[in-house]
Amino acid sequence: MTRADVCVVACAEAWRGDGAILASFAGLIPRLGARLAQLTFSPELLVTDGEATLLRDGQVEGWLPYRAVFGMVAAGTRHVMMGASQLDRYGNQNISCIGDWHRPKSQLLGVRGAPGNTVNHPTSYWIPRHSPRVFVEHVDMVSGAGHDRGAHEIRLVVTDLAVLDFATPDRSMRLRSVHPGVTVDEVVAATGFSLTVPDEVPPTREPTAEELTLLRKHLDPDGLREKEVR
Amino acid sequence: MIVTIDDVVGELHDGMTIGIGGWGSRRKPMALVRAIARSGLTGLTLVTYGGPDVGLLVAAGCVTRVVTGFVSLDSIPLEPHFRRARGAGTVELTEYDEGMLYWGLLAAANRLPFLPIRAGLGSDVMRVNPGLKTIRSPYADDTELVAMPALPLDVALIHLNRADAGGNGRYLGPDPYFDDLFCLAAKRRFLSCERILSTPDLMDAGPPQTLLVNRSMVDGVVATPNGAHFTSCVPDYGRDEEFQREYATADFDAFRARYLDGDEAGYQAAIAR
Repeated sequence: MTRADVCVVACAEAWRGDGAILASFAGLIPRLGARLAQLTFSPELLVTDGEATLLRDGQVEGWLPYRAVFGMVAAGTRHVMMGASQLDRYGNQNISCIGDWHRPKSQLLGVRGAPGNTVNHPTSYWIPRHSPRVFVEHVDMVSGAGHDRGAHEIRLVVTDLAVLDFATPDRSMRLRSVHPGVTVDEVVAATGFSLTVPDEVPPTREPTAEELTLLRKHLDPDGLREKEVR
Repeated sequence: MIVTIDDVVGELHDGMTIGIGGWGSRRKPMALVRAIARSGLTGLTLVTYGGPDVGLLVAAGCVTRVVTGFVSLDSIPLEPHFRRARGAGTVELTEYDEGMLYWGLLAAANRLPFLPIRAGLGSDVMRVNPGLKTIRSPYADDTELVAMPALPLDVALIHLNRADAGGNGRYLGPDPYFDDLFCLAAKRRFLSCERILSTPDLMDAGPPQTLLVNRSMVDGVVATPNGAHFTSCVPDYGRDEEFQREYATADFDAFRARYLDGDEAGYQAAIAR
């Protein structure tokens, strides 16, 4: 079992209990997580190939062009796991630019669908490198709205170190679990704002034997996931 | 109404608002984009799900403003020329959520001043677009929504797999993107395609629901084989990843001298080497 295996399973857990909704994602680890969830504990999930085709265990089962995705966004029948260049304690996310928006130090993607996603349906985040550069007091451009700005629900933040959620009275970020081999102090040091840390922080659950077999033999036999978590 | 690439460019003027179909680095009317880059047109506003169309026209100095939700080359997440221009302050941006852009085109297509949408609420899209207003539902729910303004276009440029001479057009790939809406939102509409077929052959080329545009939505059709290159135009061809990498990493003046300064035939010959 590697750190990447733990991260994939932690991402999969974000979609547990979601039923027949669209699991969308950006990045390899969330994609493997969505497919693993669909193959195991959340078989009703709809998963795309990243373009316009719905897949169930590698088999085509439907058509979903972008305009239909926007329909599901507006209807709320979707749970996306996006990336974030910056994320604050309430789950405000930035993928647009770093620095002053009018003349950015670094232009990134643009807001993409983040504003619509975050006010319409559950949103989670995958952060491959947990650091104070990502976890900041204030994001430079609110692309995805956080809980203090009317987000529908920011469900989970999965990083290479830990799983975080928003199970606090003011729905600010809380440490939910640390991955095997990671200490609470490491996570606190890698987070640029004060995090709610419970007295007891459990370890992130380890993949089951079935999950490991699916990952190694079926979903990612070439081990590409190892390159995303280093 | 078969026209040439030059005819299309001849209809464009400095300062126009031009909508460009496709999505990111997918089925972009690149032959038309290349011709605009050569044209010396300036002050253009582009409305688009941005890809190399934006980067190329920004680098060529044609663009004052980009109206979009993102600019990406898909396999290369960030568009280098757009990034550079934003950092240098040489291009203005109207930044919307992707769904807002869709709604703005839909409003224009329906001759509505705006359409209500949730996307944008709570985000900095409201901060960086100070003219953007919200509206309250007049019904008992009293919901506050963004009043997404219509995005009317002077010209729409789209690229499809097949069309007939009259302007009926068909996509053959997995996604229509929003090309029909770009046409419906525009005053003048130009469709480039891989091949122009007779109307009966066009009808035989696929099921009726992939006939994305009809001739009421198109003012001119131009055959541009390989005309979406280097973006994807499946199933005719996929993205030319190697060439896209060259575009993204090469010095733009060198790229321009090698590939853009001639005409479209010269471009196709240069990339075939």
